Amino acid sequence: MLARPERFFEDRFGLSASALDRLLGSELAGRVDHADLFLEYRVSEELVLEEGAVKKASRHVSQGAGIRAQSGERTGYAHTDDLALPNLEEAARQARAIADSASSSAVVAVSGGKPHDLYSLAETPITAALDRKVKLLGQMDAAARAADPRVRQVIASLGSEDVVVLIATPSGWTVGDVRPLTRLNVTVIVEENGKREMGGYGGGGRVPFDFFLEQERWRHYTSEAVRQAVIKLHAVAAPAGELTVVLGPGWPGILLHEAVGHGLEGDFNRKGTSAFSGRLGQQVASELVTVVDDGTIANRRGSLNVDDEGNVTRRNVLIENGILRGYMQDRLNSRLMGMAATGNGRRESYAHPPMPRMTNTFMLAGQDDPADIIRSVPRGLYAVNFGGGQVDITNGKFVFSASEAYLIEDGQITKAVKGATLIGNGPDALTRVSRVGHDLKLDEGVGTCGKDGQSVPVGVGMPTTRIDGITVGGTQV
Amino acid sequence: MLDLVHDVLKRAGGRGATAADAFLLEDQAFSAQVRLGQVDTVKHAREQHLSLRVFVGQSVAAASTSDLSRASVERLVEEAVSLARVTAPDALGGLPEAGDLARSIPSLDLHDPTGHDLAPEDKITLARRCEAAALETDPRITNSEGGDFADRQTRYAYGTSHGFAGEYETSSFSLSASPVASQNGQMQRDGWYHATRKRERLDAPEDIGRTAARRALRRLGARRVKTCEVPVIFDPEMAASLIRHIAGAAAGPSLYRGASFLVGKLGEQIASPAVTLVDDGTVPGALGSRPFDGEGLPVRRTVVVDKGVLTSYLLDTYTARKLGMASTHHAARDGSGVTVGTTNFYLAAGPTDPRVLVAGVKQGLYVTELIGFGVNGVTGDYSRGAVGMWIDNGELAYPVEEITVAGNLLEMFRAIEGVGNDLVFRDRTAAPTVLIGKMVVAGA
Repeated sequence: MLARPERFFEDRFGLSASALDRLLGSELAGRVDHADLFLEYRVSEELVLEEGAVKKASRHVSQGAGIRAQSGERTGYAHTDDLALPNLEEAARQARAIADSASSSAVVAVSGGKPHDLYSLAETPITAALDRKVKLLGQMDAAARAADPRVRQVIASLGSEDVVVLIATPSGWTVGDVRPLTRLNVTVIVEENGKREMGGYGGGGRVPFDFFLEQERWRHYTSEAVRQAVIKLHAVAAPAGELTVVLGPGWPGILLHEAVGHGLEGDFNRKGTSAFSGRLGQQVASELVTVVDDGTIANRRGSLNVDDEGNVTRRNVLIENGILRGYMQDRLNSRLMGMAATGNGRRESYAHPPMPRMTNTFMLAGQDDPADIIRSVPRGLYAVNFGGGQVDITNGKFVFSASEAYLIEDGQITKAVKGATLIGNGPDALTRVSRVGHDLKLDEGVGTCGKDGQSVPVGVGMPTTRIDGITVGGTQV
Repeated sequence: MLDLVHDVLKRAGGRGATAADAFLLEDQAFSAQVRLGQVDTVKHAREQHLSLRVFVGQSVAAASTSDLSRASVERLVEEAVSLARVTAPDALGGLPEAGDLARSIPSLDLHDPTGHDLAPEDKITLARRCEAAALETDPRITNSEGGDFADRQTRYAYGTSHGFAGEYETSSFSLSASPVASQNGQMQRDGWYHATRKRERLDAPEDIGRTAARRALRRLGARRVKTCEVPVIFDPEMAASLIRHIAGAAAGPSLYRGASFLVGKLGEQIASPAVTLVDDGTVPGALGSRPFDGEGLPVRRTVVVDKGVLTSYLLDTYTARKLGMASTHHAARDGSGVTVGTTNFYLAAGPTDPRVLVAGVKQGLYVTELIGFGVNGVTGDYSRGAVGMWIDNGELAYPVEEITVAGNLLEMFRAIEGVGNDLVFRDRTAAPTVLIGKMVVAGA
């Protein structure tokens, strides 16, 4: 069904290359610094199992076009879900009205190179047979209940989508992408002596449905959800106050996403509202720390062949041995800051203008043995799983919430503690990194990042890392 | 609009659906952002969305599309019916009893027929005035994330295969500013906003801007405090965030799954007697009002917590049947089916001037912002990042940041010692100032 994006929009909506050229040429060419058209067609599906059966299923189609015109710092944006040509012309007029004069004659160069081919699949996950999906969810329910008699409720869900996008500019340049995505999640509720707890786990990416069957990944997700829920039943109150914290590998990389990632997005730095503004070349982390944002890893949830402005994605070094090396940019902010676009211009859908956003953000592996890192801590917290996080870009304060954590006493992992929020200061937290493990792991593929009301899929990762001093928001004084 | 809804319901019946409901949403939106006096981004949007839920016997499925062409609507019906053939039957599913449906549709004054007419340049001017007032308040306001104006008008039509048909129109307007203050190398952002259903009722742009600036300025010089256990006062906006957690725990889907700290607590004292929580969808002109719920049932006023006693859950038809109760008419719709949502949800005002609440605290925290997701809906365990003012001998003494507040929501609500008399509806969920006797504040 999803062949080349150019043909897709022509066949289905009559939007031929020449029609797009006329639209962009007559309405926008030469009158603004930059203009583009973003066409999108999205089919998504969700199946939800609870109480032992798939009782909820839904399928959604959304399509639309976003037209953007920019002059100087001004952006005019109009979107419509009616792809008839007169509607698009009206949208182009609305977008242009606000950005009605070119401030320079400079043509924005499209970053060169061929789009990557990171996730072309023989069968996209949404096209896999429904009965296979229903069967898998049923197996997860049975496995969770078999794993522990305290399991009371199992909710398993499988979401899949196919998105076709086409980006066109007045110069006649177009680039398209076909983006499959899937995610399998399981949540269990356990009960013991009237006390209830919840655990959840999942994974996915730009992968086929069979990904979940390979290596019995679905079984791993299920047993992890049960294990986490059961551990919480006997967790003690978390300590309150500043502690040495050891973060486990993988998903705890959410620390990087909140502590430094958002603060290095080009828009905040162009406006001077980030705690990292004007700090390129300065030391912002311990020299053990190198952080990259890499949109080019095959089949990852945060990867893209081209970003939502048509720029080819890259591996961008943000922090190298503790020194701040670069920001993540979209087209507008790179132009205004006189920097190169980095392939980080992303948007939730046609209904949103692009912004600088992360793709897959992670810290490179260090030298230490993870077991030695834990042994090095006389008293602290070992946090291995997290819920969401958030950051105040301007003052740099960030939080992320541990959902599975343990006390470290005399270099040994002892009691499980209840969930607690960790809070720190972005420009300062990574300067306190004193040990970095050799066990870099990326997350399982479930991350979603929200910014300014727009959600996009992202990835994170990190090796086992020791941070000397971060405030733990527990209740045990 | 109802014609298309009737048409899709009829086609669903023709394809084998034994019951169905559908809604059509049409949306027109505009927003303008001005930054440092210059237009930054202007957005125009036009959206539509048709959503169908079908029952085939006791099985259910949903489908939606933004393409309203004949062929696409036909595909929507086909897909919904074929999906319903793979889902498992559920004897408790189905539409509400026909006798319970709203018989008349009250006029709640939710639309502003002339408010949207303002020219784009004039809307931009409102955003510009709002931001300018913030920038002019004090020389320490040195930067800005912008001033924003947005308006939206929505038409909603809903029908069922057993005879309900209703439609209504709503308007919304909002104005906000997000200034940045700086001093001695420290930057602090804050903001203020107002949202209404009538443009004329928006606060003056200058008032919003100046309030935003004052909020950013009072954060300058923020520091950490030592870890301690003290009384904590939540300002009205943050108190509203606390009652949202109660609404989530009182919602049918969390209850029947056993995923709520309010399971089995109906009729019990779950909060201090100072706490009365009400959900009222019938308030004319209010942001959360609607003439009927997501299943066509009439909206009403529900007392959820009465002087500390949990008196009602928030239920739609399905979750009510699961719990052996009656719907409380709180069904809300998304493309995937039916969920539960509040309308205008609030903590009733208490007798105390908020200044008196602060004056009564020797050492404590006054919270003005919370960040992060550290709330466990199953146990009520609570731990979030906080920003605010330190209270020293009954006075707001200095700003604090990089700290957390932690406790358990049930214990926190039982420990509410004071409720302010300052209830103002700025949003669909509102609360006055709240004083909690003791919580753990973690810091340096």
